[in-house]
Amino acid sequence: MKYIVKKLIMMAFTILVISFVVFLAFRFIPGDPALMILGGQSSPEKIEALRQEMGLNDPVMAQYLRWLGGLLRGDFGVSYRYSMPVLSLIGEKIPITLFLTLEAFLLMVVISIPLGIYTAKYSGGLIDRVLVVINQIIMAVPPFFSGILITWLFGMTFRWFRPGGYISYKVSFASFLGYLFYPALAIALPKAAMAVKLLRSSVLTEAKLDYVRTAYSRGNATNDVLYRHVLKNAIIPVVTFLGMTLADMVAGSLIVEQVFGIPGLSKTLLTSISNRDYPVVEAIIVLIAVIVVTSNVAVDLIYRALDPRIRAEE
Amino acid sequence: MRIKHFFRLKNNPGKYNVTLLTGTIITGCVLLLLLIGVIHTPYDTEAMDTANKFAGFSLRHLMGTDNFGRDVFSRVIRGGQTTLKIAVGTVFIGLLGGTVIGAVTGYFGGLVDEILMRINDTIFAFPSVLLALVIVSLFGSGTIHVIWALGIAFIPSFARMVRSEFLRYRDSDFISVARMQGAKSVRIMFLHIFPNTLPVLLSAVMIGFNNAVLAEAGLSYLGIGVQPPEPSLGRMLSEAQSYLATAPLMSAGPGLMIILMVLGFSLLGDGISE
Repeated sequence: MKYIVKKLIMMAFTILVISFVVFLAFRFIPGDPALMILGGQSSPEKIEALRQEMGLNDPVMAQYLRWLGGLLRGDFGVSYRYSMPVLSLIGEKIPITLFLTLEAFLLMVVISIPLGIYTAKYSGGLIDRVLVVINQIIMAVPPFFSGILITWLFGMTFRWFRPGGYISYKVSFASFLGYLFYPALAIALPKAAMAVKLLRSSVLTEAKLDYVRTAYSRGNATNDVLYRHVLKNAIIPVVTFLGMTLADMVAGSLIVEQVFGIPGLSKTLLTSISNRDYPVVEAIIVLIAVIVVTSNVAVDLIYRALDPRIRAEE
Repeated sequence: MRIKHFFRLKNNPGKYNVTLLTGTIITGCVLLLLLIGVIHTPYDTEAMDTANKFAGFSLRHLMGTDNFGRDVFSRVIRGGQTTLKIAVGTVFIGLLGGTVIGAVTGYFGGLVDEILMRINDTIFAFPSVLLALVIVSLFGSGTIHVIWALGIAFIPSFARMVRSEFLRYRDSDFISVARMQGAKSVRIMFLHIFPNTLPVLLSAVMIGFNNAVLAEAGLSYLGIGVQPPEPSLGRMLSEAQSYLATAPLMSAGPGLMIILMVLGFSLLGDGISE
């Protein structure tokens, strides 16, 4: 319990630091936001008045605290470009990216764990050897290229889905998840290949240890030893890996959204970057940071639940 | 490590290290191709031949032609060179920054270690493409900015590795001896400990190349990496995607190049640690 509280405080602190760094970084870039909103032709007085109104003349710390206070109340500021609250600009897009990431993550787990166990159990066999080679190649495919291949293969050749035929979650949640299946697969495949490789080598390393021999000598069958003894230990490094990939998958989603024409956070982020619409960029980055940090803490807690040795150390 | 033993397994010298061997062959071929490309490419990368666009694979155009009738093979070689250039720059920055931070924190420990590692872990948790995205949005796109952005994003992983190596050697006997002989800290760090980290570091450099190629291609695919007219594998793929229905082969060339580069480097990384 004490550990969890400590972790949560650390997490809040980390998010605070990230938000401060992001805020500072975007204050230091050249360019006056007031000038950007009003355009080059407006009079200096008008610009000065807007600067005053936006609070740009206040000390940096005061500006930061006001911005942070806003974030906590769900007020993400106002877009320079569209003059509307950032939240209403990105609010509807958050679930899209979130669900894509989660679906990809689930797919990765569902694909990699059985395959990893299978290849380890029958290591050295023909299927294992073929899978190891295929695995190594899939690991080298960047998510956007796997996306292009999947679009071509399943979308254009087999016609199992309509590329670009995105269905909003407001229209039908089931078809929304259905359309996300292939993009999620594109993100999940390379990561799943890595997880299979890791789980396989982890199981094989564990299988050489003494306790495995003991378990066999007590008359346990192979499956008993594998599932009740080896896997318990072998799965731990894989959990760490899966947790770390969750952050990568958010990044992967941003890229793959572009491949499949999904109107998630990616498009907004990219256009805001090229438009120098900083409040939007700041908000999206802080949002992603929160997701990343939270998922890391979650993994840490799961890790603790799985491995009693860590709990015993305290 | 004599060259004869280089391709043998560390724990089983009777067997060849197949991973390392395959990695060397793939990377060697790719590098050779890119190197020849500096002097000569089959076609001018910008030469358009509108009568002959979307051509399939043939002996005249090994990887076909694109929507302007430009030779994809020549462009893939140029794009590969750009990618490699960025990867080298990125890994160099990451390695340099990571080694210095890792060495200082690992060797001295204490409060500096605590603070730097806290920052390090925070950056480490952030996906490198996203971090690069932030930096590019602050400073603008283009090759140099991509190198800096990815280089900074790569520092934490190198720092972590170097730190753990320094921690391992810090209290060992040969270091105590050097210290008793009156060697200065900087001398111990870089002349005594650093050479011992090289095998691990070399493997990390290969993984770094692997990640850099993927990250650069991703950024260029999104249109915020390398800018035209410089050919880039990522942007070629994003262009090819628009013609996927009519000319699916157009994306095969650049995709294959990325896969080969990543595959070669990752096999080298795995092979070295074996």
